[in-house]
Amino acid sequence: MGRQACRVLVFAACCALLQPVAFAQDTAKGRTLSFGYRFVQTSGEELFANICQGCHMPDGAGATGAGSYPPLAVNPNLESGAYPISLVLNGRRAMPPFGDRLSDEQIAAVVNYIRTHFGNDYRDRVTARDVQDARRKEDRK
Amino acid sequence: MRENAQIIRRRDLLSLIGAMAGSSAMYHAMTSLGFAAESRYAGPIRLEGDPKGASVLILGAGLAGMTAALELRNAGYKVKVLEFNARPGGRNWTLRGGDRFTELGGFTQTCEFEDGLYINPGPWRIPYHHRALLDYCKRLNVALEPFIQLNHNAYLHSSRAFGGSPQRIRAVQADFRGQISELLAKTTKQGKLDEAVTREDQEILLQALRSWGALDSNHNYNASLISAESRGYTRAPGGGLAAAPTPSDPVALSDILKSRLWRYLQNFATYNFQTTMFQPVGGMDMIGRAFAKQLPDIIRCNARVTGIRQNERGVTVSYVDTASPAAPLTATADWCVCTIPLSILSQLPLQVGATMKAAIDAVPYAGAVKIGLQFKRRFWEEDEAIYGGISYTDLPIRQIAYPNTGFNRSSRGVLLGAYMFEGANAYEFTAMPPAERVAAAVDFGSAIHPQYKSEFETGIAVAWHRVPFTLGCSGDWSDEARAEHYRNLCQIDGRIVLAGEHASALPAWQEGAILSALDAIGRLHERVVRT
Repeated sequence: MGRQACRVLVFAACCALLQPVAFAQDTAKGRTLSFGYRFVQTSGEELFANICQGCHMPDGAGATGAGSYPPLAVNPNLESGAYPISLVLNGRRAMPPFGDRLSDEQIAAVVNYIRTHFGNDYRDRVTARDVQDARRKEDRK
Repeated sequence: MRENAQIIRRRDLLSLIGAMAGSSAMYHAMTSLGFAAESRYAGPIRLEGDPKGASVLILGAGLAGMTAALELRNAGYKVKVLEFNARPGGRNWTLRGGDRFTELGGFTQTCEFEDGLYINPGPWRIPYHHRALLDYCKRLNVALEPFIQLNHNAYLHSSRAFGGSPQRIRAVQADFRGQISELLAKTTKQGKLDEAVTREDQEILLQALRSWGALDSNHNYNASLISAESRGYTRAPGGGLAAAPTPSDPVALSDILKSRLWRYLQNFATYNFQTTMFQPVGGMDMIGRAFAKQLPDIIRCNARVTGIRQNERGVTVSYVDTASPAAPLTATADWCVCTIPLSILSQLPLQVGATMKAAIDAVPYAGAVKIGLQFKRRFWEEDEAIYGGISYTDLPIRQIAYPNTGFNRSSRGVLLGAYMFEGANAYEFTAMPPAERVAAAVDFGSAIHPQYKSEFETGIAVAWHRVPFTLGCSGDWSDEARAEHYRNLCQIDGRIVLAGEHASALPAWQEGAILSALDAIGRLHERVVRT
């Protein structure tokens, strides 16, 4: 009986502790991991390191097996910000869409990160508003 | 009354069919009347008629490709298979000690498991209603053993409930059922169901709730030897002087609800995961190996397809040997069964019509990660009495699956220390170097099994988006894409037909790959015999 009461107390204490914390969990290597379907990372660098580099590789060079992941490094297709926004939102061929896993702000952040790293130097920043507009355009299709 | 009459008529009809045509005909009649519609598999395929020396080139030596090769060869076709990997099997795959695996990006892992221990990075369980796969296992002499999906003594775990302490599945299930039963019984006795349920049915309902929910004679769910029979004891029944059991304390309804552990119970309830499930003895790749043994000199490994062309006379496939990729090779045949995953096929020059091409381009590939961990001893059995089955958690590892074989030995063991499918965590783990995936799995897993820290020896992690021969786990059709494109994907286009789990309504299941291959070659054969 005492054990049960104690367990309830611990439970209540943990609830209080956990409530304000975001739905995320940290690894020893300092990664913040997500809790469910949507991603919790916010900066472009973090989003790249937790999503994009899985396929496009940490140096953005892409990879080739029976098929290929295209490189993001030195990629002229990134010149217009609208193109990577559309790819992240909707996916393309085998690339999964991320539109319902990432917010407008997250998509803008990761697109800006890719367009200014890995040998890309496109200084015009895309905004969350651009992503929102791209979503609306998609809805009207 | 009408319904009764109908049942009687159906039953009479069935026994008549049974008496006149035998039990197999009765079975098929039953299937068409909707009694036994568990599988689309109607027994070994019969490709009757003369293929007149026709040749078929099959792309991919996974289960779809090898099913097609086996059956077409047996029907008299000239068959050849091109396979990208150095081994047949495709996603039907097992990693054992000594195996090396290089993923995209060049990260290489060597599996250091002890002899006899393994993980299945791809498919790992076979539902009893996957009758086609089971039939091939029988025909190819692949020994099966039970795969334990539900172990009542495994855990459900939430990092945000019960102080992060894992709960036995048995207790969560019993308490969820018991508390709901008590609530419904109370509501019934207060007359609140009078409009919806007749007095007579209310009496039966109360009896049912008492039995189903392990309630006492007053319809309460509380610490008693009745509830203990479902949720377990504080002190289990023993022998001798102090033999009497002590019941355990149920968890309150509100705590069960807020813990959200109930959401894992569907993993034991849905059609695909109902007992009985199976696994091949010794590893899932026993199936692929058994298929390959039937196809000597037919499969050419290390062949990377670079393009597929066709005209009215036949199909020409260009490919390279992965050891000398500069030298282009070609293979020709009258027909082609292509089982290359759409993730790869969508990138190849391929001469098919616009609608099939659009279908090939319409399917994203899911992410999934599996991590195998070897421990010095089977502490989950020795310390926690968990023999096989799966614990579910809200931690990023999502699942810990215990080996369903080699029970009760003083020996090392391998756990599946993580299995993520499609959630954000699958992507996050894919993005880590393999060693970091393994370290993270050990870290998170130790919240459920503290023994991890001292008993862990070695691990291996497979992230399916990094797997060179698939670039993803499986075809992840959206409902919209399936409605628009699925039929176009499955049509025969000139001399080419596609097969694989992506061309089935059972995505990511081996059964889907086999049923898709059987359907494709059935239609192909019909065309060949007719012309």
